[in-house]
Amino acid sequence: MGKAEGMAPPAIALRGIEKRFGAVHANRAVDLTVRRGTIHGIIGENGAGKSTLMAILHGFYQADAGSILVNGREVAIRDSRDAIRLGIEMVHQHFMLVERFTVLENVMLGAEGGPLLARGAAKARAELARLGEAFGLRVDPDARIENLPVGAQQRVEILKALYRGAELLILDEPTGVLTPQEADDLFRVLRALRAQGRTVLLITHKLREIMAITDRVSVMRAGRMVAHRETAATSVAELGELMIGRRLAAPAPRPAPKPGPVLLEARNLSVRDAAGVERVKGVDLALRGGEILGIAGVAGNGQGELLEALAGMRRPSAGEIRLGGQTVFPGRDFNPAALRRQRLGHVPEDRLRSGLLRNASAAETAILGYQDDPSWRRFGLLAPAAVAAHAARLMRDYDVRPADPALRSALFSGGNQQKLILAREIDRDPQVLLVGQPTRGVDIGGIDAIHQRLLACRAAGKAVLLVSVELDEIMALADRILVMFDGRIMGELAAAEADEQRLGLLMAGVAPERAA
Amino acid sequence: MGDVPRWAELALLPVLNLLLALALTALLVLATGGDPVAALTALAVGSLGSADALGYTLYYATNMAFTGLAVAVAFQGGLFNIGAEGQAYLAGLGVTLAALHLGFLPAALLVPLAIAGGAAFGAAWAAIPGWLQARRGSHIVITTIMFNFLAAALMVHLIVNLLTAPGSMAPESPPFPEAASLPGLAQLGFPSSAPVNLALGLAVLAALGVWLLVWRTPWGYALRVMGQSPAVASYAGIDQGRMIILVMALSGALAGGVAVNELLGAQHKLLLGFTSGYGFTGIAVALMGRNHPAGVLLAALLFGALTQGGAELAFEVPDVPSEIVVLIQGLVILFTGALGNMLRPALARVLGRAGG
Ligand SMILES: Nc1ncnc2c1ncn2[C@@H]1O[C@H](COP(=O)(O)OP(=O)(O)OP(=O)(O)O)[C@@H](O)[C@H]1O
Ligand SMILES: [Mg+2]
Repeated sequence: MGKAEGMAPPAIALRGIEKRFGAVHANRAVDLTVRRGTIHGIIGENGAGKSTLMAILHGFYQADAGSILVNGREVAIRDSRDAIRLGIEMVHQHFMLVERFTVLENVMLGAEGGPLLARGAAKARAELARLGEAFGLRVDPDARIENLPVGAQQRVEILKALYRGAELLILDEPTGVLTPQEADDLFRVLRALRAQGRTVLLITHKLREIMAITDRVSVMRAGRMVAHRETAATSVAELGELMIGRRLAAPAPRPAPKPGPVLLEARNLSVRDAAGVERVKGVDLALRGGEILGIAGVAGNGQGELLEALAGMRRPSAGEIRLGGQTVFPGRDFNPAALRRQRLGHVPEDRLRSGLLRNASAAETAILGYQDDPSWRRFGLLAPAAVAAHAARLMRDYDVRPADPALRSALFSGGNQQKLILAREIDRDPQVLLVGQPTRGVDIGGIDAIHQRLLACRAAGKAVLLVSVELDEIMALADRILVMFDGRIMGELAAAEADEQRLGLLMAGVAPERAA
Repeated sequence: MGDVPRWAELALLPVLNLLLALALTALLVLATGGDPVAALTALAVGSLGSADALGYTLYYATNMAFTGLAVAVAFQGGLFNIGAEGQAYLAGLGVTLAALHLGFLPAALLVPLAIAGGAAFGAAWAAIPGWLQARRGSHIVITTIMFNFLAAALMVHLIVNLLTAPGSMAPESPPFPEAASLPGLAQLGFPSSAPVNLALGLAVLAALGVWLLVWRTPWGYALRVMGQSPAVASYAGIDQGRMIILVMALSGALAGGVAVNELLGAQHKLLLGFTSGYGFTGIAVALMGRNHPAGVLLAALLFGALTQGGAELAFEVPDVPSEIVVLIQGLVILFTGALGNMLRPALARVLGRAGG
């Protein structure tokens, strides 16, 4: 970029930022310099303190010590209003949008501009069009949020930030919920922002994204900043090593599968969503003990509904489900509790929405779904000590950090929440394990650990059904891969014959005859 | 984001909010030309200053504890039961029918049966809105409000047309037999003529029972899961429809405690409108008590004291308008409930600085 760049003060400079939560030291003497007009990546293991640092920057938390400089001037950021005034905006992973409002109404929210809505609205509409044009952020201003796909909702969040005059945009794991296509669109927008002199801070666990789009990258470990690199001068391997402090062993070759009896079977299964739309259309599948069956597909092609139906959370509209040789659907006792008793484990796709008790302790989350188990009862009553002891053991065995059963579930970092849920489900020793997006938001070390766990289940003769939008993950784990498109199974590939191109064609709905 | 330590959250914050409400009351009394010191003194002495005052305070608090528990237990399941008033009213019918028709039984049988009758009627009246929400998707807030009106109309009809003794002018049931009565605390040596009675003990037991049920049983765990998130509950395999009906029935049975305290403990007959708004006060009590049984008991005591002290205040300090009592109650609700979080950030800052 220009020559003046070197002299201009950095957009953001953090000096000696400290933050503690009780015993957890989330940020230790963190220094960070972000040059204006760049895309700056931040990576680090789960719980390294990335989100905490960003929360300090946009005023959700206050640092215990340290200073923040914006454009070279020291500032105090006491709340998000201060941050907004300084042009610092956060795009939340869980969007803060009013579902029933239109795009325009959401963008204007908090910046209505005078008592008469109409005048503000006209101005906002014009501004929205201008921003959309300038940054390639195209959304229909009159569409209702609830009717927009996730990627478009995210664009609205960004538009909202820009409308309020964002100079610095913070994105915390923005691609976790996006389809690959939507992620590409997002990156185009981020590049446009950079081209116009805005600054972007991007947190992600996907090192490929870091390599693809950032100018510089900073690495956090256990609360500290341990390294800064020019992206052009580093590699995925180096970054991975910096992140976890050791080299990640290349995955051991998987032993050949030893398929056992069919443990889970679906025949001609159809499932409707809450709105009555048929999302799964006549799916057949058979899952054997000792194998991992992968279900690939672009998010939203019916995998979620299929998983929920197999777990008993959603009644299929037609078809049959057999578990361990017994017909469970159609049947009287088709519900998640009954299926759990028949040794079905389920790691839900959306852990925050359904797998975790956000406002209860980790200990209470650790018995979710198994609350009737007598082993945590004394004299017929739930014994908090027994529940906590169970949770503590799970947290130790599965390396959930911090290993504090009394901590509120929502306060764990995303990857650690995921490990807690996996621990709960795998520890019950299920015969059939359904897993949805098991490593979403999990760091590379954690991914490795989770993959080892799933492979161990397979080695123990369990049947594992893996739904994931990450092709790498599917290819690393699955013995057979089913590709879903528009509610149907487009084709099946054996692990050996699967490659990104074949999978990609099937995922795009191209039938195998033509794909071959 | 203003996290304060647990002790401050549970003890300091409510007390500060209460003081704030009282301070504002004092200012308003001053502004209307009254003497705030005299007013607040009358309030305190009138509610706690003598055995009689305390007796009445406890008597009112008993009603509020029952309705507060009723609202709180439903709220733990994410259900806002506005219908405790009507449920308590219907429970009065259950108590009365048992008392009048089983009068031949000895007290040791009659009293428990009358209590069970009240609980059953309250439970049934609450279970209907529960069923409507669980199976038909009608919103519990709307249906419980409507059921208050239905209960009022139904009870007026029953009392006036069917239960009033022939020839009597007063719209009330005939007096209960001698055996259908809960001993007053006066009979047990409490030096007061106030109608406070053993129902107070029942309320405390009910609070303990609710705590055990909600926080120490798998059922209670499932209830709290549903209250936190229906999506999580459905993942966990909790039968939410069944849960809604059951917890509403439990809530209604608890509201029935008002009928026990009022009819078996004090009036010994069924009166028109004997619930006199306790069902609604219960909402404020539950709110202030953070929907926890211990908090509900404390909040019930406070509201009982305000009711009793307020009556004394109107009597003792005539230049203070009697509406001031309603005002105080309103302010307490405002500060402890609606504005309950107002002081939190400041408190967090102060405590945070002190704690280093
Ligand atoms: N409010 C809080 N109270 C207590 N501990 C907290 C709180 N917020 C965060 N933590 C802890 O601070 C540490 C850092 O968490 P943070 O969310 O910043 O991690 P992260 O780097 O964003 O991880 P992830 O990649 O999993 O999102 C974690 O151990 C977390 O449990
Ligand atoms: Mg994070």
